[in-house]
Amino acid sequence: MINSSVYVPRILPELESFTPGHRACVGCGEVLALRLAFKAIGRDAIVANATGCMEIIASQLPYTNWKVPWIHTLFENTAAVASGIEAGLKAKMRKGHLPRRDTRVVAIAGDGGTADIGFQALSGALERGHNFLYICFDNEGYMNTGIQRSSATPYGATTTTSPAGKQSIGQFTWKKDMPGIAVAHNIPYVATACPSYPVDLIDKVKKGVETKGPAYIHIFSGCPTGWGCASDLTIKLGRLAVETGAFPIYEVENGRYTVNITPEKLKPVKDYMKPQRRFRHLTEDAVKEIEKRLREEYHKLLEKAECQS
Amino acid sequence: MAERAGIETSVAIGDAVKAADADVIAAYPITPQTHIVEHLAELVANGELDAEYIPVESEHSAMSACLGSAAAGARTFTASAGQGIELMHEVLYVASAMRLPIVMAVTNRAVSSPLSVWGDHSDVMSCRDVGWIQVFVENGQEAVDHTICAFRIAEDNNVLLPVMVNLDGFHLSHVIEPITVPDREEVEKYLPPNSYPLPLNPDKPVAMGDFAPPFIFTEAKWAQEMNIRKSYDHIIKAWQEFGEQFGRHYHPVEHYRTEGATTLLLTMGSFSETAMTAIDSMREKGEKVGLIRLRLWRPFPFEELRKALKGVDTLVVLDRAISVGGPGGPVASEVKAALYNQKDRPSVVSFVGGLGGRDVTREGFETIINRGREIAEKGSENEFEIHGVRE
Ligand SMILES: Cc1ncc(C[n+]2csc(CCOP(=O)(O)OP(=O)(O)O)c2C)c(N)n1
Ligand code: SF4
Repeated sequence: MINSSVYVPRILPELESFTPGHRACVGCGEVLALRLAFKAIGRDAIVANATGCMEIIASQLPYTNWKVPWIHTLFENTAAVASGIEAGLKAKMRKGHLPRRDTRVVAIAGDGGTADIGFQALSGALERGHNFLYICFDNEGYMNTGIQRSSATPYGATTTTSPAGKQSIGQFTWKKDMPGIAVAHNIPYVATACPSYPVDLIDKVKKGVETKGPAYIHIFSGCPTGWGCASDLTIKLGRLAVETGAFPIYEVENGRYTVNITPEKLKPVKDYMKPQRRFRHLTEDAVKEIEKRLREEYHKLLEKAECQS
Repeated sequence: MAERAGIETSVAIGDAVKAADADVIAAYPITPQTHIVEHLAELVANGELDAEYIPVESEHSAMSACLGSAAAGARTFTASAGQGIELMHEVLYVASAMRLPIVMAVTNRAVSSPLSVWGDHSDVMSCRDVGWIQVFVENGQEAVDHTICAFRIAEDNNVLLPVMVNLDGFHLSHVIEPITVPDREEVEKYLPPNSYPLPLNPDKPVAMGDFAPPFIFTEAKWAQEMNIRKSYDHIIKAWQEFGEQFGRHYHPVEHYRTEGATTLLLTMGSFSETAMTAIDSMREKGEKVGLIRLRLWRPFPFEELRKALKGVDTLVVLDRAISVGGPGGPVASEVKAALYNQKDRPSVVSFVGGLGGRDVTREGFETIINRGREIAEKGSENEFEIHGVRE
């Protein structure tokens, strides 16, 4: 990570490509991440947006919050739409139908649009090597349709389709490792980020759009509505997720891992879980179990980074 | 000038796409469409066609990539059939509603189950309401001509709609015929460069595909309906100009030996060529029969069809698809609906046949016509009959 915190006011572009006046909930982490990401991306970009919160809150006819060209078509096909845009521009520039320039194609989707229904289209687009940036805004559930589980919902969280009950702990599967799956496609750039660390996020998005070939950025984005927490906790919970090891911040450049934020000592996971209604039913033992597995995964990640250096 | 030569229809379609200088081809292989997309891959690989070929991982992504490419203002082609059309179904609606000029060849194929790679019209009949312009062709030359016309119609700024060119799987796609594929210079005169009015372009940002609450959704749909209705005149114009330049003329409803006929057979696609031989043989016997073929399926040519049926007693419709549990033949039921409010209308008899690649022979067509006349006279308990079925 570029140590840019000193220069924050100077490096944070004032330019906004995503304007105020959208319909996101108070305290929405996704929309904050989106705004920051587009500060880094700038105006020479074309956005393909999957169905989901970020599409619905910014596109009601006849309004839009977008200052860059934007297209939404369906829920599961965003990476494929982005492939088509990229190919279209490429062919037109090569054939002299369009002046040559470095217009960035950016696909954005939620965790459902990425890890579940849009998984195949994403895998195809990464594997084919299109020159585009894919950003997954991970709020750990299908929030647009009323807080249903996705494969990125963490173990133990209660959602409307993985409800906790007498026979159920809530979500009984472990969070799908989407960044790991992106890495397995041998693409040049994969990173995780969180709007609680805005400079890191912006740096990564910049790297992502400047990458030649596919780049994948997975942004952990707090959702007060879906998580059942106060709307002023989004930033704090993002920090706690990182500080407890629940969501590590790292990047993988041409296969080389770097863990960008490494707390000296991980905080107890319960600090992160407690303020959220979705975890409130969990027993102390259950939280301990979760903590144990999160730590194991975190150390595996550190090992991956260390093995290389 | 291009020369007439023996060539497989699928390969000729690929050559037509090359002559149209497509920018992007996104496709997923499925029998019997494969020869089209294989040939295009080869043309791109050899540098004969300067295009991006996206070997997508599914038909859903094929059509989705086409959305992106067309929205970026690139000339866009794909081809599919059967299950592929079903898998991309959801995306088809988006292409038309967002007015994206995509051209797709459909080598019509049956839809599973049971699995069948052979031809019928089940795939396209499930797409009646997707809002695409839909054309049926009867031979290899028509397949080529209508591929070229399709780009012209789709990209016409008065139209801006996706166009489906339907050709029967195997019966047409895999047949070698003498075909003239116009060359690039000739096509250039007919087909101006793509001038999509508001492409995705950072210098002039647009938002495409916004969501519509109830206060505006109906208006959006009505606009779409007006748009495809108005496309009709531009389709006719595009075909007329094609005829003027290339000497091959096409119409929404085409006639074969209909003069003085009291009974007409109606078909779509390649069956018409066999049907013509049946009409010839019946005419020789002095029977007043003729054939009409629906070339333009969407927008539906109401007026032309009604005109074509003036003074006719019996219309026998042969469908290559079955609307299970419904009215039987989808074409027949639409034709009936188009005629219902007319004072002077023939009785319409519905047959389903040629499913999953089964042939209908010349004798078969004669049987259908004769049985149709019998039903028209005496009536039948059934909404439709299925030709040649073993019970
Ligand atoms: C084919 C299809 N299936 C289901 C839906 C309904 N749907 C729309 S958005 C959505 C969930 C979106 O979740 P996610 O991608 O995680 O984004 P979020 O809204 O949480 O930002 C669902 C299930 C749809 N639009 N299309
Ligand atoms: S439901 Fe969550 S992700 Fe969606 S707009 Fe509200 S806070 Fe943001």
